[in-house]
Amino acid sequence: MLENGTMVNAQLAVDPAALATPREQAPGAGVLRRLALTALVLAGLWAFWEGYRWLWMRTGWTHPFVVDDLTMPHLHDIVHRLWQPAASEQPALIHDLLKKAAYTTREAAAGFALGAVVGFAIGVALHLSKLLRRGFLPYVVASQTVPILAIAPMVVIWLGGQGLPIWMPVAVIAAYLTFFPVTINTIKGLDSAEPRALELMRSYAASPWMVLWKVKFPASLPYVFAALKVSATASVVGAIIGELPSSIQDGLGGAILNFNQYYSLDPSALWATNIVAAALGIAFFGVVVVAERLVVRAAPEHVA
Amino acid sequence: MSAAAAVSIQGVTKTFAKGSTTALQDIELELQPGEFVSLIGPSGCGKSTLLRVIGDLIQPSSGAVLVGGKPAHQARLDRDYGMVFQEAVLYDWRTVAKNIALPLELSGWERRKRADRVQEMVELVELSGFESHYPWQLSGGMQMRVAIARALSFDPKLLLMDEPFGALDEMTRERLNLELLQIWQASGSTIVFVTHSISEAVFLSTRVVVMSPRPGRIAGIVEIDLPQPRTIDTREEPRFFELVTEVRELLRGSHVEEVR
Repeated sequence: MLENGTMVNAQLAVDPAALATPREQAPGAGVLRRLALTALVLAGLWAFWEGYRWLWMRTGWTHPFVVDDLTMPHLHDIVHRLWQPAASEQPALIHDLLKKAAYTTREAAAGFALGAVVGFAIGVALHLSKLLRRGFLPYVVASQTVPILAIAPMVVIWLGGQGLPIWMPVAVIAAYLTFFPVTINTIKGLDSAEPRALELMRSYAASPWMVLWKVKFPASLPYVFAALKVSATASVVGAIIGELPSSIQDGLGGAILNFNQYYSLDPSALWATNIVAAALGIAFFGVVVVAERLVVRAAPEHVA
Repeated sequence: MSAAAAVSIQGVTKTFAKGSTTALQDIELELQPGEFVSLIGPSGCGKSTLLRVIGDLIQPSSGAVLVGGKPAHQARLDRDYGMVFQEAVLYDWRTVAKNIALPLELSGWERRKRADRVQEMVELVELSGFESHYPWQLSGGMQMRVAIARALSFDPKLLLMDEPFGALDEMTRERLNLELLQIWQASGSTIVFVTHSISEAVFLSTRVVVMSPRPGRIAGIVEIDLPQPRTIDTREEPRFFELVTEVRELLRGSHVEEVR
């Protein structure tokens, strides 16, 4: 999980083209081809996992780690685990995990919204004032070098006693991971407006506000959406990590902590939880992609 | 009535801060309303700089520019001129109609009036049927027509054009030359046109201002006495070739001086 936190840092400025997904041509055939491709990729991943497992177990190789049912359960066992009871006399694990995912979704969505708005606002402010940018940007960058695991307990302590709902501090932690890529890409996006386009606005004696609204905002959108895609998944990671110091048992973070303790007895449960967490991240990503298509539909070549 | 000069350039000098590059030196020029004046010269002669000084996009180091009797700065604030660049500079996220409407939005025209005006402009530049197309769906020539329509949409008295057809192929260019002349005659506006095509300058203009580089100066002015309205046949008249030669010799003169 720590690794995920630092991964976001590595993607300082996200190029819109770097996150490109293929554009569909004919609606029907395109969707089919996509589904086929997804199935193919999943089958490939499955084959890789099971092939690796088979090879290492057969040869008895122990590098980089011993492969057995504990370290790498069968994928079908992991999926099967979802439909077995969470614990004896309880409903299926998937039932429990979906409820927890819904809880985590609320934290992550609130954090994402907060982080996106704050991140965009900081980006605009730092774009408008070179002085602010020089003064503050280093600290914005520095904020992300502090591990989220160190920040999370502070946020819980600070906001915990304020009579807020218990999931609110978690949302703030998710926002902390969300805002940064948005800020960096907002600055880059606002700067990306063409000099000629700005000169033209000057010839119309347009006010700075009009230049921002009519030229710079639209020009920045592809960049902002590229960042939102990174942030969408980061907000889920942030929410899960944020649950740990808050001792929240109702979310996926609680479930991961719990199953981690019982890993030697029930490894598939943790893997199954990870699958649900990953699916949640992908769902967040998907929502941003759809939103991008709606907002930037006027310029399809901008939709990454 | 010299007060009514469309553009009056009075002793304009422009030096760029870095080093001692003198882009423009002691430029004196007066344009009467309704004139079509081309600025021509080799690269580095300051013709684009001069255009931007007229448009108050660059401040002169010394001297003054009056547009319609007002200081250039005031003229810009009053939106007295339209500008067209070499690239069409259309906004990708706006349709043809919305691109043309942009200056009208900035001037606070109401929606209805805006739509009527855009329709008029679309017809003027012969783009009917393309109103809801996006810029990337248009050819280079069509994009340039949109840029011209946008510059004319708020009916400015002055049109500043910086090599608007420089990036187009010759056939498109000649067709747009003719269209521009029709638009100019219909609108009665004054046009300052930067180009480095001699034949384009002679064909379009009532006067051609030949500039020489380092420092940017006016090397000479050629009155173009070809009859109006000009047609495709104008380019084949003997007088056209005489004038082309005259401009070319002025350009060469300034060049030789530079070599020496």
